[in-house]
Amino acid sequence: MNLELHKIAIRKLEWGPRTGARDHVLTINKEELVSLLLEDPALRKVEAELAHPGDSVRILPCKDAVEPRCKLEGPGEVFPGWIGDVETVGQGKTLVLEGAAVLTTGRLVAPQEGIVDMSGPGAEYTPFSKTCNVVLVFEPVEGVELHELEAVYRRAGFRAAHYLAACCKADKPDTVESYAFPPMTEAMSAFPGLPKVAYLYMLQSQGLLHDTWVYGVDAKKILPTMISPTEVMDGAIISGNCVSACDKNSTYTHVNNPVIKSLYAHHGKDINFVGVIITNENVTLADKKRSSSYAVKLARMLGVDGLVISEEGFGNPDADLIMNCWKAERAGIKTVLITDEYAGRDGSSQSLADSCPEGNACVTAGNANEVIVLPPMQKVIGEPATADVIAGGFFGSLREDGSMEVELQAIMGATSELGFNRIGGRTL
Amino acid sequence: MCTIVPISLSIGANRIVPTVSIPHPLGNPELSPEAEKALRRELVERALKALSTPVDGQTVFNK
Amino acid sequence: MAYRVIHYINQFFAGIGGEEKADVAPEVREGVVGPGMALKGALGNEAEIVATFICGDNHFANNMEAVSAQVVEAARKYRADALIAGPAFNAGRYGTACASVCAAVKNALDIPVVTALYRENPGVDLFRKEIPIVEAADSARGMGKAVPALARVLLKQLKGEALGAPAEEGLLEKGIRQNMFYEQPGAERAVSMLIKKLKGEPFVTEYAMPVFDRVTPRPPVADMRTARIALVTSGGIVPFGNPDHIAASSAQNFGQYDITGVTDLLQGKYQTAHGGYDQTYANQDPDRVLPVDVLRDLEKEGAIGSLHPVFYSTVGNGTAVAKAKSFGIEIGKRLKDAQVQAVILTST
Repeated sequence: MNLELHKIAIRKLEWGPRTGARDHVLTINKEELVSLLLEDPALRKVEAELAHPGDSVRILPCKDAVEPRCKLEGPGEVFPGWIGDVETVGQGKTLVLEGAAVLTTGRLVAPQEGIVDMSGPGAEYTPFSKTCNVVLVFEPVEGVELHELEAVYRRAGFRAAHYLAACCKADKPDTVESYAFPPMTEAMSAFPGLPKVAYLYMLQSQGLLHDTWVYGVDAKKILPTMISPTEVMDGAIISGNCVSACDKNSTYTHVNNPVIKSLYAHHGKDINFVGVIITNENVTLADKKRSSSYAVKLARMLGVDGLVISEEGFGNPDADLIMNCWKAERAGIKTVLITDEYAGRDGSSQSLADSCPEGNACVTAGNANEVIVLPPMQKVIGEPATADVIAGGFFGSLREDGSMEVELQAIMGATSELGFNRIGGRTL
Repeated sequence: MCTIVPISLSIGANRIVPTVSIPHPLGNPELSPEAEKALRRELVERALKALSTPVDGQTVFNK
Repeated sequence: MAYRVIHYINQFFAGIGGEEKADVAPEVREGVVGPGMALKGALGNEAEIVATFICGDNHFANNMEAVSAQVVEAARKYRADALIAGPAFNAGRYGTACASVCAAVKNALDIPVVTALYRENPGVDLFRKEIPIVEAADSARGMGKAVPALARVLLKQLKGEALGAPAEEGLLEKGIRQNMFYEQPGAERAVSMLIKKLKGEPFVTEYAMPVFDRVTPRPPVADMRTARIALVTSGGIVPFGNPDHIAASSAQNFGQYDITGVTDLLQGKYQTAHGGYDQTYANQDPDRVLPVDVLRDLEKEGAIGSLHPVFYSTVGNGTAVAKAKSFGIEIGKRLKDAQVQAVILTST
């Protein structure tokens, strides 16, 4: 499978009469965008705002971040099962508006939604302070059930992202990147002498605001399976706005999965990157045992020497992470784990809820319990009062002057366990 | 009483009764209310049995 | 001008005597005594030991607070800019004294302190989070190595320089996790680490796997039919509206709720405050997390003596172990005071 990413670099957003990209400026017809989203009868009102890096703007509660993408060529359409049909993606050409993102906000569904600050100390931690954001504020009609409401918001984010990219199909890309994913027979015989490495990609799958979807299938219902990294780039895996804001993998970070990026960067040099295995993190012990055993079995069938394993979330998913780790190591497959930490506000507690001696190679994305004070911003998009109830916030988080005291946990993507950021932890 | 027994073993619990699922450890919304309560009772009775049983180390009460 | 340092040692290193002199009361001598000579060399011109505080190990152990206050007083009197204690190697009482006086002086005067102890010295676990402790050998044979490290760590602090990673500085870890920004994103660090691991090259994990406490199992309840049973949960079940504002994640408190006369936890009367799982099912029927209905039945049938009229609840979601432990200690105390014989803990 071969995929070309045609990237247009976006550095500024503006409203205008016709949606399209020119000179790194994405012009958006607001009315057209909003009326497209209002086609969904579950939405009563949609507002759209722009937020740029450096702006004195705070967005909360932020649900998901989505990068504008669409297919230029090749079977299927991006976000299969949501925008596209369920045809296999990951081949042909995909247009990417790099540097732009759609952020979704609106009435809180559950505490797993987060904060994006476009400037100030909080901006250091979130990837979405570096993107030019189209922020969608949703108001649903009365009486939409919570699970359905989450799906409405999610779908609207994808529609907006797809619309923005699709309006730029005629515009010339700044760069073209090519990704090849050859058939197994070729992959296995390529680069003799280099160790074979796969990626074990753990997906949250625990219910409302803890779900992930693969080609429109709820990941809690899958057995671990193989996926081409190029399918991931086309949005085959999307976020159901999972876990705490800091360590949910947003749809943006799925399509830009940095582990896949790094594995490609080392492919043919230090390693032979032969595959991506997706697995879930379910709510019963039987599921956890089955999925970890099955995922490791797939790795053994591939005959890999090493696995990078990324977790999503914390707490009980630590048990999935640990089972994946020791089952792989005992099968002779060397592992590196990517997680984050809940070591308490003072950093003195155990960072994980589970443990195994085989987990001797671990990368962390930082202690999510660390407290940060976010100064007031000139503008808040969304509902600031939700700071008191989102995970990482607490009653009294929102102060009278508009500043907020929260744990990093409440900041979108702050401790991404895909290893999106440079943050990490050390023991003093 | 917990669903993810490996975590309870890691953190050092001594009397462990495995439960149904993380969001509903002592219930199962797919069952009828009567069957669900019977399931809950069975689990609680097992917990009482665990509390009445001498143990010399970490013990999982599967029955 | 050189920094002024006060040095704490015991009767043995002061040359007064061994175990038979361990009761000797404190004295302060101007200038260096015993190991202070070696420290003087290591500190060079940059810092000077202006006084040495000497105390017998038993005397300290029996008068910890008083002697610590005297050390603070001496540091004030000699206008000390810093305190060095020891090295105490694996000497238990001496090590605890060194670490205690360091902590006392740091807290009272906010000046740099340092000691040097063997990894298993009991003073380490008591004070490792509060003060820098140079890792020393288990006996005075390690003096040659400990002294330059002590001097280096102290001078760095005196000059306001940040201390590096514990391994670089020769310090014992405080066991505190701190966030930092690396050069590379986490994903690239992970792939690089895997490449090293595959090649058999040395690599450094960013987080060593956690170790948890173990407790001795309690004897069983002798007669369940007379026992008072309590319910405690980390599943976040609270009266509707979450009156104690227990946070959805990283709880900072627990709640105590009276259920006298309550035979069933009903939707709309109770809810979960937990932000780590799909709340739908617990909110529909909170008994799915906290089985009050079944325990009331069993109480009525005489299978248990009684259900304790109070339950305790917190949210076990991103909640630090240290917090959970402190909740557990307090809840345990209250249950014991209420003569509860056994507890059913439910978790989500």
